[in-house]
Amino acid sequence: MSQANTAGTTSSHAVTYPRFLWRAVKLSTDGPWFFYAWMTLLTALFLVGVHAWAVQVRDGMAVTNMTDHVSWGLYIANFTFMVGLAAGGVMMVIPAYLYHDDEMHEVVILGELLAIAAIVMCLGFVMVDLGRPDRFWHLIPGIGRFNWPISMLTWDVIVLNGYLLLNLHITGYLLYKRFRGEKPDKKWYLPFVYLSIAWAISIHTVTAFLYCGLGGRPFWNTALLAPRFLASAFVSGPAFIVVAMLIVRRVGGIPIGEAPIRTLTGIMRVTILISLLMVVSEVFTEFYTGGSHIASAEYLYFGLHGHYALVPWVWTSIGMMTLAAILLLKPRVYDNKPLLVAACCLAFVGVWIEKGMGLIIPAFVPSTLHEIVEYLPSLSEWKITVGIWALGLMVFTLALRVSIPILTDQESLYLSRGRRA
Amino acid sequence: MSESRSIQLPVIGQVDRRTALKAAGATLGAAAFAKAVAPIVEWASQDTSASEFLQKHFKELSDNELTQVMHRLEEETKEEYGAEVSISDTRPQKGVKFGYALNLSICIGCRKCAEACHKENNHDRSSGNSYIRVLEMDKGSLDLESGNADYDHPVPQPDKFYMPVQCQQCDHPPCVNVCPVEATWKEDDGVVVVDYNWCIGCRYCEAACPYHARRFNWTKPEVPAEEINPNQGYLSNRIRPQGVIEKCTYCLHRTREGRLPACLEACPTGARVFGNLLDPNSEISYVLRTKRVFVLKEELGTQPQFFYFFDT
Repeated sequence: MSQANTAGTTSSHAVTYPRFLWRAVKLSTDGPWFFYAWMTLLTALFLVGVHAWAVQVRDGMAVTNMTDHVSWGLYIANFTFMVGLAAGGVMMVIPAYLYHDDEMHEVVILGELLAIAAIVMCLGFVMVDLGRPDRFWHLIPGIGRFNWPISMLTWDVIVLNGYLLLNLHITGYLLYKRFRGEKPDKKWYLPFVYLSIAWAISIHTVTAFLYCGLGGRPFWNTALLAPRFLASAFVSGPAFIVVAMLIVRRVGGIPIGEAPIRTLTGIMRVTILISLLMVVSEVFTEFYTGGSHIASAEYLYFGLHGHYALVPWVWTSIGMMTLAAILLLKPRVYDNKPLLVAACCLAFVGVWIEKGMGLIIPAFVPSTLHEIVEYLPSLSEWKITVGIWALGLMVFTLALRVSIPILTDQESLYLSRGRRA
Repeated sequence: MSESRSIQLPVIGQVDRRTALKAAGATLGAAAFAKAVAPIVEWASQDTSASEFLQKHFKELSDNELTQVMHRLEEETKEEYGAEVSISDTRPQKGVKFGYALNLSICIGCRKCAEACHKENNHDRSSGNSYIRVLEMDKGSLDLESGNADYDHPVPQPDKFYMPVQCQQCDHPPCVNVCPVEATWKEDDGVVVVDYNWCIGCRYCEAACPYHARRFNWTKPEVPAEEINPNQGYLSNRIRPQGVIEKCTYCLHRTREGRLPACLEACPTGARVFGNLLDPNSEISYVLRTKRVFVLKEELGTQPQFFYFFDT
């Protein structure tokens, strides 16, 4: 390792930090042809989204299919799902730091970078859902009027931005130290890592509280919501990371051991069953009790008075999750990579439907006065949503592009100096 | 990656081509980005201004500043809608708390109240918006599930009764609690208001309200100049900006000056009773004292200040 070289090369942070940033910029604009192709594709999709959003700001949110009856839609659905994905990364951090799983430690940065990308997307989805994005500064504590602690949305602003900063600090610090060829000082990152574990749980709990505290929406008004959010987050997060690790291993030629994949598969095995159990528990309670409070659940699972828009979606989701759960039960599923990838994709999409549209829309159908107005996203909403996904993938790709060479010691202060000399 | 670079051909040429390509890509990207955001630039230059952007929260405005803001809004209304209007801010009267009661026995479901609301409050014409929804209910049930707001036939139907629903001006308003920026609050006379120039348009209040009382401005409201109600309140019926929430204010620009809400004046059957809950001699106090009244969704603990009763 490069630590041995450091004594002679250590220089002032004022010199090395800008150089570190410069290397990051260089690395993130450099790569093989498929890197350029991928980034160009993402940029194009992102710009399509930016344009659709610009039109939405100019012409009003009438370009969406949201109404006063269904006043949150695809944006908030994706926001909720992305909070889960951000929290899901913690399933790598816990084994790596609390249980000293060394092989997981090697790749734990993937989970932290995923958290960064996912939170960027969360902030994006909140921003595009605002009717007046020009007034976002009203939300900044100290400058605007921050209705804390009573508004759960202010809690969400705190925990999401806090989680973003924590992960930026942890990854940034470790990469910078590695770049300088120094051993990271535990006191500068370990406390933050432990804090980030609790914080990860908090971002999804607070996001659930955002919904389940509303007495006027019986579909959300259940104590099971936060645990359900966490359980499904710990399915979608690991599912994404397993696939990302397999891609990085193949495309980037980075040696990633089998052990982290096995650990994450083991976690998913359990969390997906807990997730499904909670769905069953919810469905039983609703339908065995009956009454008008279950109208939303009826709409979601079976359709209500001839309105069925979400029924095929939710059963697709349950089917995918069940199939994924069965595949994951196979004892050595991680040895069969296509099968593992299939299980991960099924679980990921299944959770996206369930925790996205499947969670947000039924709360508004029927409305609080029991009127039924259905909702399906408009083309503008899809464009903006795809744009934000492209932005998230861009952030994730660039973060990996910068981190991997530094972590594998292809890029350090010592080396880059040597090369230039 | 660094290896592959080191074995490449003449460094100068390589760097040049790469740099040139990168520069071309970056230029193209920047141009595309500028093109993509053009609608926002257009909107910012036409539909908003620096003074609007920097405007403080209602409660932080001094009297002088508020006067200036209202003056600016009057000018803007003239410019954009071609109408001369007068915007004012009447403060709550001491010793007044507004309450509303509705006699379900005599409401015939004609929706004159909703129509009056539409005109009084300068609602967007094309959407036919109103703060009141009138539910046609099956006799024998108070379950909102049996209600229908989209009826289109002569009223009253013999087997139905009618229940208009609007903002209940709750004493424990969930919509106020959830607002992340304090853009909505309950005034001393019990009216829940919105600062349309502070609201960020997140619609959390709309999700939190159990009575479907809030509306969002999905577009910039369109009202012909000759139909605009020129008597406007800063916190009530002035023409709202695009992208913010609005709601019933018990017509505070009228009621704080001793007049009755527009919906009450329009009611042909006298089903509506409005007044000061703190005045024992008011009609509303009489109704609460002598009739068996109920509130909607009492179990939610929102404590509505809008009451229903049957009288036959």
